[in-house]
Amino acid sequence: MKAQLERPATPGSNRRGWLYLLPVLLFAAVGVFLALGLGRDPQTLPSVLIDKPAPAFALPPLPGRDERGFSSADLGGRPMLVNIFASWCVPCRIEHPVLDQLAREGVTIHAINYKDAPEDALAFLRALGDPFDRIGADRQGRAAIDWGVYGVPETFVVDRGGRIRYRHVGPLQPRDLERTIRPLLAELAR
Amino acid sequence: MIAELGHFALVLAFAVALVQGTLPLLGAARRDATLVAVAPPAALVQLLLISIAFGALTHLYVVSDFSVANVAANSHQSKPLVYRISGVWGNHEGSLLLWVWILALFGAAVAAFGRNLPVLFKSRVLAIQALIGVGFLAFMLFTSNPFERLDPAPLEGRGLNPILQDPGLAMHPPMLYLGYVGFSTTFSFAIAGLLEGRIDPSWARWLRPWTLAAWTALTLGIALGSWWAYYELGWGGFWFWDPVENASFMPWLAGTALLHSAIVVEKRDTLKSWTILLAILTFALSLLGTFLVRSGVLTSVHAFASDPARGVFILALLVVAVGGALALYAWRAPSLQGGGMFAPVSREGALLLNNLLLASATATVLLGTLYPLALDVVGGPKISVGPPYFNATFVPLMIPLFLALPIGAVLAWKRADLVGAVQRLWLAAVLTVALSVGLVLVSDLELGLSLIGYGLGLWLILGSLADPLSRAALAGGGFGRFWRRLVGLPRASWAMVLAHAGLGVLVIGVTATSTGQSERILTMKPGETAEIAGYEVRFEGVREVRGPNWIARRGTFTVSRDGNFVTELASDKRFFVVEQRPTTEAGIHTTLLRDLYFVLGEPARDGAWTVRLYHNPLVVWIWGGAVLMALGGLLSLSDRRLRVGAPRPARVPAAMSAG
Repeated sequence: MKAQLERPATPGSNRRGWLYLLPVLLFAAVGVFLALGLGRDPQTLPSVLIDKPAPAFALPPLPGRDERGFSSADLGGRPMLVNIFASWCVPCRIEHPVLDQLAREGVTIHAINYKDAPEDALAFLRALGDPFDRIGADRQGRAAIDWGVYGVPETFVVDRGGRIRYRHVGPLQPRDLERTIRPLLAELAR
Repeated sequence: MIAELGHFALVLAFAVALVQGTLPLLGAARRDATLVAVAPPAALVQLLLISIAFGALTHLYVVSDFSVANVAANSHQSKPLVYRISGVWGNHEGSLLLWVWILALFGAAVAAFGRNLPVLFKSRVLAIQALIGVGFLAFMLFTSNPFERLDPAPLEGRGLNPILQDPGLAMHPPMLYLGYVGFSTTFSFAIAGLLEGRIDPSWARWLRPWTLAAWTALTLGIALGSWWAYYELGWGGFWFWDPVENASFMPWLAGTALLHSAIVVEKRDTLKSWTILLAILTFALSLLGTFLVRSGVLTSVHAFASDPARGVFILALLVVAVGGALALYAWRAPSLQGGGMFAPVSREGALLLNNLLLASATATVLLGTLYPLALDVVGGPKISVGPPYFNATFVPLMIPLFLALPIGAVLAWKRADLVGAVQRLWLAAVLTVALSVGLVLVSDLELGLSLIGYGLGLWLILGSLADPLSRAALAGGGFGRFWRRLVGLPRASWAMVLAHAGLGVLVIGVTATSTGQSERILTMKPGETAEIAGYEVRFEGVREVRGPNWIARRGTFTVSRDGNFVTELASDKRFFVVEQRPTTEAGIHTTLLRDLYFVLGEPARDGAWTVRLYHNPLVVWIWGGAVLMALGGLLSLSDRRLRVGAPRPARVPAAMSAG
C-alpha cells in the first residue's frame, strides 16, 4: 500500500495499460449493438423463407377430425394462409375469432397443430369453431422448425406458386387484417 | 392532490440528488469540509422524499384513484387490497419508482451506517449513488411519470395482469430490486476508490457488507421468481433461460465472483484491479437487465410495454454510467499496485479459479442473451437461443467449479499444501463416491449427467461440512471439546459452510427435477383413476368456484399410495373477469422428497377433461438450497468482525486530488 501511495497515478506508465482499455472498448461495441437493436421491433420477425418455396413436409391428420392431413403438396393453386396453433396457447384463443372471420370471407386457411395432444386440439376447435381447411398434426414440432416458427401463434401467407410471401408472429388482430393480410391476399389473387 | 404531492416530491428528490451528486465531489477534490458534509443529510432527505412519492402512489392505488393514468391502467376496485398494493410495482412506472426508492434506501443506509468510512470516501460514495439517482429520476420525470393525470377519469380501472396477482410475485420484484440496486453501492464504492486512487484491504472490508446484502437479496429474489414461475405458469419447470431471467442471473454470477474476489483483496491486498472491474460489471449487468426489460429490444414474458423514447434514455444512462466507469477504470486501474504474491495452490489461487469460471459463465449467459439481438442487427436471421445452448455451455463450466469448491475452501492463504487438504477431505470424498455408487445400485439411475449432478451435489455438501468438522476433530480432545470448538468457529466460517452446502442442495434438486421428472398427459372422466410414479390418482370431477375477482373451474383429485390416502389436490382454471384472461393454478402437494403437481386442462368429449400430472422429485430442494445460501449470506452479514475492527486509514492519501 505504501508503494502505491508514493507512486503517482500516471496513465500509460504500465506496459500492459492497453489491457485496462479492453473493458471499455468491449462495452462500446455492446452499446453500438444495443443502440442498433433499439430501432427494431421484436414483434416483426422477418422470415428467411420469404419469397422462397415453403419447406417440404407431410403431416398426418388430426385423429378424429378427418383423414386428410396436410403436406406441402396442398400449398399453392390460390393464395392461402397457414396458421400455426396449439390448444395450450392462450394468444391462439384471442386470435381465433379473426381466423373465423377470414374463413367466412372465403379465405383458405390451413393449419399446423403444434406440439399438441389431438384430443386437446379437437376440444379447442369444438369450443371456438374450426376455420381450417386442412390440419396437419405436428406433435414433435419438426415441421414447425422447418417453417422457422418462433412461437405460437404464427401465420404465413402463401401465394399461388406455393411460395411464402409474408410471416406474422403473434396473434392476428383485426387491424392486421386491414393493414396487411387482406391487401396482400387481394394482390396475390390478381 | 396526493398525486401532485408525489410528483412534487419526485422533482424535489431530483434536485436534491443533483446537489448530492455534485457538491460533495467538488468538496472532496478541494478538501472543503462544508461541501463534503452535504452528502449524508442529502442522502437521508432523498430517501424521505422518494418515500413520500412511493407512499403517495401506494395511497392512490389503495383508494383506486383512476384519475391517475397509471392506476387506471393497472388496477381495479375489485382487486384484493394486497394486489392493489403490489400493483404499484407491477408496471413500468411504478417499478421504476420502487427502483429509485431502493437506490435511495441504500444511499441513506451508507450515510447512516457507514460510520467507519472516512469522511471524504463516504461523501464520494454518496455522490456517485446520487448521480445514479439523477439519471433514474430524470428518466422517470421525463419519460415515465407515474403520477400523470387522466382527464376525464374512467369509472373503473383496467386491472392487473392476472398472473401477477399472486403472493410470490408480490414479493419477487422488491426482493430482486434489493439485490439489483444493492449492487449500486458496490459500484459507488469502486468509483470512489478509483477516484481516490486507493484500493486496499480496508476498502474491501467496507465493501463487504454491502456486497453481501445485495447478493443475499438477489439470491432470494431469483429464487422467488423461479418458485413463482414453477407454481403459477403451470408448466412444472423452474428455470427457462428466458432473457429476463438471464438478466437477473448475470448480476448474480458476477456478484458471486465479486463476493469471493473481495475476500482476496481484504486478506491479501491483491487482485485489486480485477475486483474493481467486477464491482463495476456487476452493477453494469444490473443496468443492462433494466435496459433489456424496459426498452423492448427483446421479447419476453417479463417485458414491459416498449417505448423507443424510453429505450434511448436508458441506453444513454447505461452508456454514461458504465462507459464512464470503465473509462475511469482504464485510466486509474493501471496504477493500482498488486500486493502479495501467491502460489497457484493456495486460497488465492482457488478463488481466482472460482472467479475465472464464474466470469466465463457470466460471459456465456451474456452471449446467449444478446446473440439473437446482435445477429438481427447485422442482418442475420431472427433466432432465439434456448436451453440447449445454456445446457451445453453453462453446465460444463459449473462442473469444475463445483469439483474445486470444497478443496479451495480448505486451502491456506499464500501457499497451501495439498496433503493437508486431502487429509481434511478424504472422508468426504470417499463418502461422496460411496453414496453415488449406492444411489446407482438402489435406483434405476443411469450413468450419465444425472449421476454427475448427484455426485457434485453430495460432494459440495459433504466437502463443505468436512472442513469445520475436521478442524474441530484434528484439535484432539473429547467430544465436549470438539463441540466447543465447533460452536466457537467464527460465524463467517459457518456462513461459508451454509452457503456452499446450500449450493449442493440446490444442485441435487436441479438434477433430480431435470432428469427424474415423470409427466403424464391424459384425458380423465370423473371417477377414473390413473397412476403416476407409484401414486394412484382419482379424478373426482370439476365444479365451479368463485374468488374475489375471478371465477374458476376447479378439478379435484384424490391421491393414494398402496391403498392409503395421501392427499386431495385441486387445480383451478381461473378466469379473471375484468382482465378477460385465464390463468392456471396447479394443485401441488409438496414433501421433502417430491412434489405432486396436477394441472386441470381443457374439457374433452363425454364429460372428460384433459389433465397433466407431474411427479417432480426433490424439487423443493432447489428453493431450499437457495434459501440456505441466502441464510449463509445473512449469517456472514451478522459476523461482528464486519462491524468492528475495520482498519481506519491513518492518513489521507496523496493521490486523491485528481477526483
